[in-house]
Amino acid sequence: MAIDENTVKRVANLARISIEDTDVAPLARELSGVLGMIDQLAEVDVEGVEPMTSVTPMNSPLRKDVINDGEKQDDVLSNAPLSREGFFAVPKVVE
Amino acid sequence: MTKLNELTITAARDALRAKDFTAVELSDACIKATNDAKALNAIVRLDEDRARLDAKNADALLAKGDAPNLCGIPLAIKDIYCVKGQQTQAASHILDGFIPPYESTVTSKLWEQGAVMMGTANMDEFAMGSSNETSCYGAAINPWKNDDRDLTPGGSSGGSAAAVAAHLALGATATDTGGSIRQPAAFTGTVGIKPTYGRCSRYGIIAFASSLDQAGPINKSVQDAAIMLEAMCGHDAKDSTSSPRAVPNFEADLGASLKGKKIGIPREYRVDGMPAEIDAIWEKGADMLRDLGAEIVDISLPMTKHALAAYYVIAPAEASSNLARYDGVRFGKRAELGAGDGINEMYSKTRAAGFGAEVKRRIMIGTYVLSAGFYDAYYTRAQKIRTQIKADFENVYAQGVDAILTPTTPSPAFGIGDMKDADPVMMYLNDVFTVTVNMAGLPGISIPAGLSSNGLPLGLQLIGQPFEETSLLSIAHGLESQIQFNSKLNQWWT
Repeated sequence: MAIDENTVKRVANLARISIEDTDVAPLARELSGVLGMIDQLAEVDVEGVEPMTSVTPMNSPLRKDVINDGEKQDDVLSNAPLSREGFFAVPKVVE
Repeated sequence: MTKLNELTITAARDALRAKDFTAVELSDACIKATNDAKALNAIVRLDEDRARLDAKNADALLAKGDAPNLCGIPLAIKDIYCVKGQQTQAASHILDGFIPPYESTVTSKLWEQGAVMMGTANMDEFAMGSSNETSCYGAAINPWKNDDRDLTPGGSSGGSAAAVAAHLALGATATDTGGSIRQPAAFTGTVGIKPTYGRCSRYGIIAFASSLDQAGPINKSVQDAAIMLEAMCGHDAKDSTSSPRAVPNFEADLGASLKGKKIGIPREYRVDGMPAEIDAIWEKGADMLRDLGAEIVDISLPMTKHALAAYYVIAPAEASSNLARYDGVRFGKRAELGAGDGINEMYSKTRAAGFGAEVKRRIMIGTYVLSAGFYDAYYTRAQKIRTQIKADFENVYAQGVDAILTPTTPSPAFGIGDMKDADPVMMYLNDVFTVTVNMAGLPGISIPAGLSSNGLPLGLQLIGQPFEETSLLSIAHGLESQIQFNSKLNQWWT
Protein backbone atom coordinates (compact mmCIF):
# COMPACT_ATOMS: atom_id res chain seq x y z
CA MET A 1 0.00 0.00 0.00
CA ALA A 2 1.31 3.46 -0.86
CA ILE A 3 1.76 5.84 2.04
CA ASP A 4 0.51 9.36 1.39
CA GLU A 5 1.86 12.56 2.89
CA ASN A 6 -0.86 12.83 5.52
CA THR A 7 -0.07 9.33 6.72
CA VAL A 8 3.62 10.24 6.99
CA LYS A 9 2.71 13.20 9.20
CA ARG A 10 0.36 11.08 11.32
CA VAL A 11 2.94 8.30 11.82
CA ALA A 12 5.73 10.80 12.59
CA ASN A 13 3.51 12.31 15.25
CA LEU A 14 2.70 8.89 16.73
CA ALA A 15 6.44 8.11 16.79
CA ARG A 16 7.20 11.53 18.33
CA ILE A 17 9.67 12.49 15.62
CA SER A 18 9.30 16.03 14.30
CA ILE A 19 9.84 16.27 10.55
CA GLU A 20 10.43 19.19 8.24
CA ASP A 21 7.85 19.85 5.51
CA THR A 22 10.55 19.20 2.90
CA ASP A 23 11.09 15.69 4.31
CA VAL A 24 7.48 14.59 3.95
CA ALA A 25 7.46 13.77 0.23
CA PRO A 26 10.77 11.81 0.24
CA LEU A 27 9.67 9.89 3.34
CA ALA A 28 6.35 9.03 1.71
CA ARG A 29 8.25 7.64 -1.27
CA GLU A 30 10.76 5.62 0.82
CA LEU A 31 8.16 4.21 3.19
CA SER A 32 5.91 3.28 0.27
CA GLY A 33 8.84 1.39 -1.26
CA VAL A 34 9.36 -0.64 1.91
CA LEU A 35 5.62 -1.21 2.31
CA GLY A 36 5.52 -2.37 -1.32
CA MET A 37 8.04 -5.09 -0.46
CA ILE A 38 6.12 -6.04 2.68
CA ASP A 39 2.78 -6.25 0.86
CA GLN A 40 3.77 -9.61 -0.71
CA LEU A 41 2.86 -11.13 2.67
CA ALA A 42 -0.80 -10.72 1.75
CA GLU A 43 -0.42 -13.60 -0.76
CA VAL A 44 0.67 -16.14 1.84
CA ASP A 45 -1.88 -18.68 3.05
CA VAL A 46 -1.76 -18.43 6.84
CA GLU A 47 -5.04 -20.23 7.48
CA GLY A 48 -4.92 -22.08 10.80
CA VAL A 49 -1.32 -20.98 11.61
CA GLU A 50 -0.60 -19.70 15.12
CA PRO A 51 1.37 -16.46 15.30
CA MET A 52 4.79 -17.00 16.88
CA THR A 53 5.15 -15.79 20.45
CA SER A 54 8.49 -17.40 21.34
CA VAL A 55 11.12 -18.66 18.91
CA THR A 56 12.50 -21.23 21.35
CA PRO A 57 10.02 -23.36 23.27
CA MET A 58 10.27 -22.15 26.86
CA ASN A 59 8.04 -21.02 29.68
CA SER A 60 8.35 -17.58 31.16
CA PRO A 61 10.62 -18.03 34.14
CA LEU A 62 9.39 -16.90 37.56
CA ARG A 63 11.45 -15.68 40.45
CA LYS A 64 10.58 -14.99 44.07
CA ASP A 65 8.77 -11.66 44.48
CA VAL A 66 11.43 -10.06 46.64
CA ILE A 67 13.49 -6.90 46.37
CA ASN A 68 16.82 -7.84 44.75
CA ASP A 69 18.16 -4.51 43.59
CA GLY A 70 17.86 -0.84 44.46
CA GLU A 71 19.40 2.05 46.40
CA LYS A 72 20.95 3.30 43.16
CA GLN A 73 19.50 6.78 42.80
CA ASP A 74 22.85 8.29 41.83
CA ASP A 75 23.43 5.62 39.17
CA VAL A 76 19.91 6.05 37.80
CA LEU A 77 20.28 9.81 37.51
CA SER A 78 23.91 9.82 36.38
CA ASN A 79 23.01 10.04 32.66
CA ALA A 80 19.97 12.30 32.90
CA PRO A 81 20.16 15.43 30.71
CA LEU A 82 18.51 17.34 33.57
CA SER A 83 17.75 16.31 37.15
CA ARG A 84 16.74 18.21 40.24
CA GLU A 85 16.54 17.14 43.88
CA GLY A 86 16.74 13.47 43.01
CA PHE A 87 14.19 13.59 40.18
CA PHE A 88 14.34 13.66 36.39
CA ALA A 89 13.43 17.19 35.31
CA VAL A 90 11.22 17.77 32.24
CA PRO A 91 9.30 20.70 30.75
CA LYS A 92 5.84 21.40 32.09
CA VAL A 93 3.46 18.49 31.34
CA VAL A 94 0.11 19.88 32.53
CA GLU A 95 -0.94 23.49 32.14
CA MET B 1 57.91 -14.20 12.78
CA THR B 2 54.19 -13.36 12.85
CA LYS B 3 53.51 -10.07 14.58
CA LEU B 4 51.77 -10.56 17.91
CA ASN B 5 48.58 -8.77 16.85
CA GLU B 6 48.33 -11.08 13.82
CA LEU B 7 48.03 -14.22 15.96
CA THR B 8 44.81 -16.15 16.37
CA ILE B 9 43.24 -16.41 19.83
CA THR B 10 44.12 -20.12 19.79
CA ALA B 11 47.82 -19.45 19.15
CA ALA B 12 48.01 -16.51 21.56
CA ARG B 13 46.28 -18.50 24.34
CA ASP B 14 48.89 -21.23 24.11
CA ALA B 15 51.82 -18.81 23.81
CA LEU B 16 50.65 -16.71 26.78
CA ARG B 17 50.37 -19.86 28.89
CA ALA B 18 53.85 -20.92 27.75
CA LYS B 19 55.16 -17.44 28.71
CA ASP B 20 56.48 -16.85 25.15
CA PHE B 21 55.39 -13.22 25.57
CA THR B 22 53.24 -11.24 28.00
CA ALA B 23 49.68 -9.98 27.74
CA VAL B 24 51.09 -6.43 28.02
CA GLU B 25 53.30 -7.03 24.95
CA LEU B 26 50.34 -8.48 23.06
CA SER B 27 48.03 -5.58 23.91
CA ASP B 28 50.76 -3.05 23.06
CA ALA B 29 51.02 -4.63 19.59
CA CYS B 30 47.24 -4.22 19.16
CA ILE B 31 47.30 -0.64 20.47
CA LYS B 32 50.00 0.23 17.93
CA ALA B 33 48.09 -1.46 15.11
CA THR B 34 44.93 0.41 16.10
CA ASN B 35 46.69 3.77 16.25
CA ASP B 36 48.17 3.08 12.81
CA ALA B 37 44.75 2.20 11.36
CA LYS B 38 42.80 5.41 11.91
CA ALA B 39 41.95 5.35 8.19
CA LEU B 40 39.76 2.28 8.74
CA ASN B 41 37.60 3.99 11.40
CA ALA B 42 36.99 0.51 12.80
CA ILE B 43 37.83 1.28 16.44
CA VAL B 44 36.16 4.55 17.40
CA ARG B 45 37.45 4.80 20.97
CA LEU B 46 40.49 3.21 22.59
CA ASP B 47 41.22 3.72 26.27
CA GLU B 48 44.91 2.77 26.29
CA ASP B 49 45.17 2.99 30.08
CA ARG B 50 42.27 0.59 30.49
CA ALA B 51 43.78 -1.83 27.95
CA ARG B 52 47.20 -1.80 29.67
CA LEU B 53 45.62 -2.26 33.10
CA ASP B 54 43.54 -5.20 31.86
CA ALA B 55 46.69 -6.71 30.32
CA LYS B 56 48.70 -6.25 33.53
CA ASN B 57 45.98 -7.96 35.52
CA ALA B 58 45.90 -10.77 32.95
CA ASP B 59 49.65 -11.25 33.28
CA ALA B 60 49.22 -11.61 37.04
CA LEU B 61 46.52 -14.24 36.50
CA LEU B 62 48.67 -16.05 33.90
CA ALA B 63 51.62 -16.11 36.30
CA LYS B 64 49.53 -18.12 38.76
CA GLY B 65 48.89 -20.78 36.10
CA ASP B 66 45.56 -22.33 35.04
CA ALA B 67 44.33 -19.08 33.45
CA PRO B 68 41.03 -19.14 31.49
CA ASN B 69 41.02 -19.34 27.67
CA LEU B 70 40.65 -15.62 27.03
CA CYS B 71 43.08 -14.42 29.70
CA GLY B 72 45.19 -11.66 28.17
CA ILE B 73 43.38 -11.75 24.78
CA PRO B 74 42.70 -8.24 23.36
CA LEU B 75 39.09 -7.94 22.15
CA ALA B 76 37.25 -5.09 20.42
CA ILE B 77 33.75 -4.48 21.81
CA LYS B 78 30.91 -3.39 19.54
CA ASP B 79 29.49 -0.02 20.65
CA ILE B 80 26.21 -1.75 21.58
CA TYR B 81 27.51 -3.61 24.67
CA CYS B 82 27.31 -1.56 27.85
CA VAL B 83 30.77 -1.48 29.41
CA LYS B 84 30.69 0.07 32.85
CA GLY B 85 32.32 3.49 32.88
CA GLN B 86 33.11 3.43 29.12
CA GLN B 87 31.06 5.60 26.77
CA THR B 88 28.58 3.38 24.88
CA GLN B 89 26.10 4.77 22.36
CA ALA B 90 25.18 2.27 19.62
CA ALA B 91 26.68 4.72 17.09
CA SER B 92 23.77 7.10 17.67
CA HIS B 93 23.82 10.78 18.54
CA ILE B 94 20.76 10.24 20.70
CA LEU B 95 23.04 8.51 23.23
CA ASP B 96 25.83 11.10 23.04
CA GLY B 97 27.72 11.07 26.31
CA PHE B 98 26.05 7.96 27.75
CA ILE B 99 28.29 6.27 30.33
CA PRO B 100 26.73 2.97 31.45
CA PRO B 101 26.67 2.57 35.22
CA TYR B 102 26.45 -1.21 34.69
CA GLU B 103 28.08 -3.95 32.62
CA SER B 104 26.46 -6.20 30.00
CA THR B 105 26.41 -9.87 31.01
CA VAL B 106 28.40 -10.96 27.96
CA THR B 107 31.24 -8.48 28.49
CA SER B 108 31.32 -9.24 32.22
CA LYS B 109 31.92 -12.90 31.29
CA LEU B 110 34.80 -11.84 29.02
CA TRP B 111 36.41 -9.68 31.70
CA GLU B 112 36.00 -12.49 34.26
CA GLN B 113 38.16 -14.62 31.96
CA GLY B 114 40.80 -11.88 31.90
CA ALA B 115 40.15 -10.58 28.37
CA VAL B 116 41.57 -7.15 27.51
CA MET B 117 39.26 -4.29 26.39
CA MET B 118 40.82 -3.23 23.08
CA GLY B 119 38.51 -0.39 22.19
CA THR B 120 34.97 0.26 20.99
CA ALA B 121 34.04 -1.02 17.53
CA ASN B 122 32.14 1.07 14.98
CA MET B 123 28.71 -0.14 13.81
CA ASP B 124 25.55 0.98 12.05
CA GLU B 125 23.34 3.19 14.23
CA PHE B 126 21.35 0.92 16.56
CA ALA B 127 22.60 -1.98 14.39
CA MET B 128 20.28 -0.87 11.57
CA GLY B 129 22.22 -1.16 8.35
CA SER B 130 24.28 -3.46 6.16
CA SER B 131 27.22 -1.19 5.36
CA ASN B 132 28.20 0.67 8.58
CA GLU B 133 27.29 3.90 6.77
CA THR B 134 24.48 4.84 9.19
CA SER B 135 26.99 5.26 12.06
CA CYS B 136 27.27 8.61 13.87
CA TYR B 137 31.06 8.14 13.66
CA GLY B 138 31.02 7.83 9.86
CA ALA B 139 31.52 4.61 7.94
CA ALA B 140 34.07 1.99 8.91
CA ILE B 141 36.24 1.01 5.94
CA ASN B 142 36.91 -2.53 4.76
CA PRO B 143 40.64 -3.42 4.99
CA TRP B 144 40.10 -5.31 1.70
CA LYS B 145 40.14 -3.27 -1.49
CA ASN B 146 40.85 -4.02 -5.13
CA ASP B 147 41.30 -0.53 -6.56
CA ASP B 148 41.44 2.99 -5.14
CA ARG B 149 37.82 2.92 -3.92
CA ASP B 150 36.97 2.44 -0.24
CA LEU B 151 34.70 -0.56 0.30
CA THR B 152 32.20 -1.25 3.07
CA PRO B 153 33.07 -3.91 5.66
CA GLY B 154 29.33 -4.66 5.79
CA GLY B 155 27.08 -4.09 8.74
CA SER B 156 25.90 -3.70 11.22
CA SER B 157 29.01 -5.12 12.93
CA GLY B 158 31.33 -3.54 10.33
CA GLY B 159 33.79 -2.09 12.84
CA SER B 160 34.11 -5.45 14.61
CA ALA B 161 34.76 -7.28 11.33
CA ALA B 162 37.22 -4.66 10.01
CA ALA B 163 39.11 -4.63 13.34
CA VAL B 164 39.56 -8.42 13.29
CA ALA B 165 40.46 -8.58 9.57
CA ALA B 166 43.05 -5.80 10.03
CA HIS B 167 44.46 -7.44 13.20
CA LEU B 168 43.63 -4.50 15.49
CA ALA B 169 42.23 -6.99 18.02
CA LEU B 170 42.39 -10.78 18.15
CA GLY B 171 38.61 -11.06 18.20
CA ALA B 172 35.55 -8.84 18.56
CA THR B 173 32.07 -8.98 19.98
CA ALA B 174 29.21 -8.35 17.56
CA THR B 175 25.43 -8.75 17.41
CA ASP B 176 23.16 -10.21 14.76
CA THR B 177 19.47 -9.35 14.25
CA GLY B 178 19.16 -10.17 10.54
CA GLY B 179 22.73 -10.96 9.46
CA SER B 180 24.80 -8.31 11.25
CA ILE B 181 27.53 -10.76 12.29
CA ARG B 182 27.59 -13.05 9.25
CA GLN B 183 27.40 -10.48 6.42
CA PRO B 184 30.35 -8.36 7.67
CA ALA B 185 32.33 -11.56 8.31
CA ALA B 186 31.71 -12.58 4.68
CA PHE B 187 32.78 -9.12 3.39
CA THR B 188 36.05 -9.13 5.37
CA GLY B 189 37.26 -12.73 5.11
CA THR B 190 36.58 -13.44 8.78
CA VAL B 191 34.51 -15.99 10.71
CA GLY B 192 31.24 -14.84 12.30
CA ILE B 193 28.86 -16.98 14.33
CA LYS B 194 25.38 -16.18 15.63
CA PRO B 195 24.38 -18.77 18.23
CA THR B 196 20.89 -20.15 18.90
CA TYR B 197 18.47 -17.53 20.24
CA GLY B 198 18.78 -17.61 24.04
CA ARG B 199 22.40 -18.81 24.19
CA CYS B 200 23.82 -15.36 25.01
CA SER B 201 22.22 -13.04 27.52
CA ARG B 202 20.89 -9.81 26.01
CA TYR B 203 21.23 -7.98 29.34
CA GLY B 204 23.15 -4.75 28.83
CA ILE B 205 23.13 -5.00 25.03
CA ILE B 206 21.30 -2.00 23.57
CA ALA B 207 18.12 -3.48 22.09
CA PHE B 208 17.11 -3.35 18.41
CA ALA B 209 14.56 -6.18 17.90
CA SER B 210 14.48 -8.27 21.05
CA SER B 211 13.04 -11.48 19.59
CA LEU B 212 15.76 -11.55 16.91
CA ASP B 213 18.84 -10.00 18.57
CA GLN B 214 21.68 -12.36 19.50
CA ALA B 215 25.26 -11.72 20.53
CA GLY B 216 28.17 -13.55 18.95
CA PRO B 217 31.85 -13.09 18.06
CA ILE B 218 33.80 -12.25 14.89
CA ASN B 219 37.10 -14.11 14.67
CA LYS B 220 40.05 -15.17 12.53
CA SER B 221 39.30 -18.91 12.62
CA VAL B 222 36.56 -21.39 13.50
CA GLN B 223 38.51 -22.59 16.54
CA ASP B 224 38.80 -18.98 17.76
CA ALA B 225 35.03 -18.63 17.29
CA ALA B 226 34.43 -21.76 19.37
CA ILE B 227 36.63 -20.47 22.19
CA MET B 228 35.17 -16.97 22.26
CA LEU B 229 31.53 -17.99 21.78
CA GLU B 230 31.75 -20.47 24.63
CA ALA B 231 32.95 -17.67 26.91
CA MET B 232 30.03 -15.44 25.86
CA CYS B 233 27.22 -18.00 26.34
CA GLY B 234 25.35 -19.09 29.45
CA HIS B 235 22.14 -18.66 31.39
CA ASP B 236 21.41 -15.28 32.96
CA ALA B 237 18.47 -14.56 35.26
CA LYS B 238 18.56 -10.93 34.05
CA ASP B 239 17.34 -11.97 30.56
CA SER B 240 14.06 -13.89 30.69
CA THR B 241 14.70 -15.36 27.21
CA SER B 242 18.11 -16.66 28.20
CA SER B 243 18.28 -20.46 27.89
CA PRO B 244 18.93 -22.51 31.04
CA ARG B 245 20.69 -25.20 28.96
CA ALA B 246 24.26 -25.99 29.95
CA VAL B 247 26.92 -24.66 27.57
CA PRO B 248 28.99 -27.56 26.23
CA ASN B 249 32.67 -27.41 25.23
CA PHE B 250 32.37 -25.91 21.73
CA GLU B 251 35.92 -27.04 20.86
CA ALA B 252 35.03 -30.68 21.61
CA ASP B 253 34.30 -31.87 18.07
CA LEU B 254 36.70 -29.69 16.07
CA GLY B 255 38.62 -32.01 13.78
CA ALA B 256 36.09 -34.85 14.12
CA SER B 257 35.17 -36.78 10.97
CA LEU B 258 32.18 -35.49 9.01
CA LYS B 259 31.42 -39.01 7.80
CA GLY B 260 27.68 -39.61 8.01
CA LYS B 261 26.78 -35.94 8.45
CA LYS B 262 23.89 -34.87 6.24
CA ILE B 263 24.16 -31.40 4.71
CA GLY B 264 21.13 -29.81 3.08
CA ILE B 265 21.29 -27.53 0.03
CA PRO B 266 18.09 -25.42 -0.07
CA ARG B 267 16.94 -24.91 -3.65
CA GLU B 268 15.08 -21.68 -2.75
CA TYR B 269 18.39 -19.90 -2.03
CA ARG B 270 19.25 -19.95 -5.74
CA VAL B 271 17.79 -16.47 -6.25
CA ASP B 272 17.26 -14.65 -9.53
CA GLY B 273 20.15 -12.49 -10.59
CA MET B 274 22.65 -14.14 -8.25
CA PRO B 275 26.16 -13.81 -9.70
CA ALA B 276 27.52 -17.04 -11.21
CA GLU B 277 30.60 -16.90 -8.99
CA ILE B 278 28.44 -17.06 -5.83
CA ASP B 279 26.75 -20.14 -7.23
CA ALA B 280 30.13 -21.63 -8.12
CA ILE B 281 31.63 -21.10 -4.66
CA TRP B 282 28.51 -22.62 -3.09
CA GLU B 283 28.83 -25.71 -5.28
CA LYS B 284 32.54 -25.98 -4.47
CA GLY B 285 31.71 -25.86 -0.75
CA ALA B 286 29.22 -28.71 -1.19
CA ASP B 287 31.83 -30.75 -3.10
CA MET B 288 34.36 -30.22 -0.32
CA LEU B 289 31.91 -31.39 2.33
CA ARG B 290 31.21 -34.46 0.17
CA ASP B 291 34.97 -35.12 -0.04
CA LEU B 292 35.03 -35.02 3.78
CA GLY B 293 32.48 -37.83 3.90
CA ALA B 294 29.30 -35.82 4.36
CA GLU B 295 26.15 -36.68 2.44
CA ILE B 296 24.80 -33.76 0.38
CA VAL B 297 21.02 -33.64 -0.05
CA ASP B 298 18.70 -31.25 -1.83
CA ILE B 299 16.16 -29.72 0.54
CA SER B 300 13.29 -27.30 0.27
CA LEU B 301 12.54 -24.32 2.54
CA PRO B 302 9.48 -22.99 0.72
CA MET B 303 8.84 -19.96 2.95
CA THR B 304 12.29 -18.48 2.21
CA LYS B 305 10.93 -16.01 -0.35
CA HIS B 306 8.71 -14.36 2.27
CA ALA B 307 11.30 -14.17 5.07
CA LEU B 308 12.72 -10.75 4.21
CA ALA B 309 9.27 -9.17 4.01
CA ALA B 310 8.18 -10.70 7.33
CA TYR B 311 11.47 -9.57 8.89
CA TYR B 312 10.85 -5.99 7.74
CA VAL B 313 7.54 -6.03 9.63
CA ILE B 314 8.73 -7.69 12.84
CA ALA B 315 12.13 -6.02 13.26
CA PRO B 316 10.90 -2.41 12.75
CA ALA B 317 7.84 -3.14 14.94
CA GLU B 318 10.04 -4.27 17.82
CA ALA B 319 12.49 -1.45 17.16
CA SER B 320 9.77 1.18 17.29
CA SER B 321 8.78 0.08 20.78
CA ASN B 322 12.35 -0.54 22.03
CA LEU B 323 13.51 2.86 20.82
CA ALA B 324 10.59 4.66 22.46
CA ARG B 325 12.82 4.91 25.54
CA TYR B 326 15.01 7.54 23.85
CA ASP B 327 12.95 10.53 24.86
CA GLY B 328 15.48 12.95 26.32
CA VAL B 329 14.49 12.24 29.92
CA ARG B 330 16.72 9.55 31.42
CA PHE B 331 19.83 9.39 29.23
CA GLY B 332 21.48 10.80 26.15
CA LYS B 333 21.18 14.21 24.64
CA ARG B 334 18.08 16.43 24.94
CA ALA B 335 17.46 18.83 22.06
CA GLU B 336 17.54 22.60 22.59
CA LEU B 337 14.01 23.72 23.34
CA GLY B 338 12.27 26.95 22.44
CA ALA B 339 10.31 29.20 24.77
CA GLY B 340 6.99 27.60 25.62
CA ASP B 341 7.95 24.13 24.36
CA GLY B 342 6.21 21.45 26.38
CA ILE B 343 7.01 17.80 26.89
CA ASN B 344 5.76 16.66 23.47
CA GLU B 345 8.02 19.16 21.69
CA MET B 346 10.88 17.91 23.86
CA TYR B 347 10.26 14.32 22.76
CA SER B 348 9.79 15.15 19.06
CA LYS B 349 12.72 17.55 18.78
CA THR B 350 15.06 15.28 20.74
CA ARG B 351 14.21 12.28 18.60
CA ALA B 352 14.40 14.28 15.36
CA ALA B 353 17.87 15.57 16.25
CA GLY B 354 19.22 12.38 17.78
CA PHE B 355 18.19 9.64 15.36
CA GLY B 356 19.67 9.26 11.87
CA ALA B 357 17.60 8.83 8.69
CA GLU B 358 17.59 5.01 8.57
CA VAL B 359 16.62 4.67 12.24
CA LYS B 360 13.77 7.16 11.78
CA ARG B 361 12.60 5.25 8.72
CA ARG B 362 12.48 1.96 10.62
CA ILE B 363 10.76 3.48 13.65
CA MET B 364 8.12 4.93 11.33
CA ILE B 365 7.59 1.62 9.52
CA GLY B 366 7.26 -0.10 12.88
CA THR B 367 4.85 2.53 14.15
CA TYR B 368 2.78 2.18 11.00
CA VAL B 369 2.51 -1.63 11.02
CA LEU B 370 1.55 -1.60 14.70
CA SER B 371 -0.98 1.22 14.40
CA ALA B 372 -4.71 0.73 14.87
CA GLY B 373 -6.32 -0.99 11.89
CA PHE B 374 -3.06 -2.38 10.46
CA TYR B 375 -1.80 -4.55 13.32
CA ASP B 376 -3.45 -7.80 12.20
CA ALA B 377 -2.78 -7.29 8.50
CA TYR B 378 0.93 -6.74 9.06
CA TYR B 379 2.21 -7.74 12.48
CA THR B 380 0.01 -10.76 13.31
CA ARG B 381 0.35 -12.03 9.75
CA ALA B 382 4.15 -11.68 9.85
CA GLN B 383 4.27 -13.63 13.12
CA LYS B 384 2.22 -16.41 11.51
CA ILE B 385 4.66 -16.49 8.61
CA ARG B 386 7.48 -16.60 11.13
CA THR B 387 5.89 -19.77 12.56
CA GLN B 388 5.87 -21.22 9.03
CA ILE B 389 9.52 -20.27 8.40
CA LYS B 390 10.55 -22.08 11.58
CA ALA B 391 8.41 -25.09 10.61
CA ASP B 392 10.31 -25.33 7.27
CA PHE B 393 13.58 -25.80 9.17
CA GLU B 394 12.00 -28.22 11.66
CA ASN B 395 10.76 -30.39 8.79
CA VAL B 396 14.21 -30.52 7.24
CA TYR B 397 15.96 -31.29 10.52
CA ALA B 398 13.37 -34.00 11.27
CA GLN B 399 14.55 -35.70 8.06
CA GLY B 400 18.00 -36.09 9.62
CA VAL B 401 19.73 -33.06 8.11
CA ASP B 402 22.55 -31.90 10.43
CA ALA B 403 23.28 -28.54 8.83
CA ILE B 404 22.38 -26.42 5.81
CA LEU B 405 24.91 -24.85 3.42
CA THR B 406 24.16 -21.53 1.65
CA PRO B 407 26.07 -18.48 0.44
CA THR B 408 26.25 -15.79 3.15
CA THR B 409 25.58 -12.83 0.86
CA PRO B 410 24.43 -12.36 -2.75
CA SER B 411 27.57 -10.30 -3.58
CA PRO B 412 31.04 -9.35 -2.32
CA ALA B 413 31.65 -6.03 -0.53
CA PHE B 414 30.38 -2.95 -2.38
CA GLY B 415 31.75 0.59 -2.41
CA ILE B 416 31.12 3.18 0.29
CA GLY B 417 28.36 5.43 -1.06
CA ASP B 418 27.27 2.98 -3.79
CA MET B 419 23.81 2.61 -2.26
CA LYS B 420 23.38 6.29 -1.39
CA ASP B 421 20.68 6.98 -3.93
CA ALA B 422 19.25 3.48 -4.07
CA ASP B 423 15.85 2.49 -2.75
CA PRO B 424 16.26 1.33 0.92
CA VAL B 425 14.93 -2.07 -0.17
CA MET B 426 18.10 -2.60 -2.28
CA MET B 427 20.19 -2.41 0.90
CA TYR B 428 17.81 -4.78 2.70
CA LEU B 429 18.45 -7.45 0.03
CA ASN B 430 21.92 -7.96 1.57
CA ASP B 431 20.15 -9.92 4.32
CA VAL B 432 18.24 -12.25 2.01
CA PHE B 433 20.27 -15.38 2.97
CA THR B 434 20.72 -14.53 6.64
CA VAL B 435 17.38 -13.28 8.03
CA THR B 436 15.67 -16.69 7.92
CA VAL B 437 18.14 -17.90 10.55
CA ASN B 438 17.13 -15.11 12.97
CA MET B 439 13.45 -15.64 12.23
CA ALA B 440 13.83 -19.33 13.19
CA GLY B 441 16.19 -18.62 16.14
CA LEU B 442 18.85 -20.98 14.76
CA PRO B 443 22.65 -20.90 14.99
CA GLY B 444 24.45 -19.78 11.81
CA ILE B 445 28.10 -19.28 10.93
CA SER B 446 29.84 -17.59 8.00
CA ILE B 447 33.33 -18.69 7.01
CA PRO B 448 35.59 -17.31 4.26
CA ALA B 449 35.15 -19.38 1.12
CA GLY B 450 37.55 -17.76 -1.32
CA LEU B 451 37.91 -14.64 -3.41
CA SER B 452 35.57 -13.23 -6.03
CA SER B 453 36.79 -12.65 -9.59
CA ASN B 454 37.69 -9.09 -8.55
CA GLY B 455 39.72 -10.28 -5.57
CA LEU B 456 37.32 -9.74 -2.65
CA PRO B 457 36.33 -12.27 0.04
CA LEU B 458 33.15 -14.32 -0.26
CA GLY B 459 31.51 -16.24 2.56
CA LEU B 460 29.64 -19.51 2.93
CA GLN B 461 27.01 -19.90 5.63
CA LEU B 462 26.26 -23.07 7.58
CA ILE B 463 22.98 -23.18 9.53
CA GLY B 464 22.70 -25.66 12.40
CA GLN B 465 20.05 -27.28 14.55
CA PRO B 466 18.95 -25.34 17.63
CA PHE B 467 21.51 -25.57 20.47
CA GLU B 468 23.80 -27.78 18.33
CA GLU B 469 26.62 -25.23 18.03
CA THR B 470 29.22 -27.93 18.78
CA SER B 471 28.20 -29.91 15.70
CA LEU B 472 27.87 -26.74 13.58
CA LEU B 473 31.38 -25.62 14.55
CA SER B 474 32.72 -29.09 13.79
CA ILE B 475 31.27 -29.01 10.26
CA ALA B 476 32.49 -25.42 9.74
CA HIS B 477 35.96 -26.42 10.92
CA GLY B 478 36.04 -29.30 8.45
CA LEU B 479 35.02 -27.02 5.59
CA GLU B 480 37.52 -24.36 6.70
CA SER B 481 40.38 -26.87 6.60
CA GLN B 482 39.41 -27.89 3.04
CA ILE B 483 39.04 -24.31 1.80
CA GLN B 484 42.41 -23.21 3.22
CA PHE B 485 41.56 -19.51 2.90
CA ASN B 486 44.92 -17.85 3.35
CA SER B 487 44.68 -14.80 1.13
CA LYS B 488 46.61 -12.01 2.74
CA LEU B 489 45.61 -8.39 2.95
CA ASN B 490 47.73 -5.65 1.54
CA GLN B 491 48.05 -3.30 4.55
CA TRP B 492 47.37 -0.13 2.54
CA TRP B 493 46.22 1.86 5.57
CA THR B 494 49.50 2.02 7.51
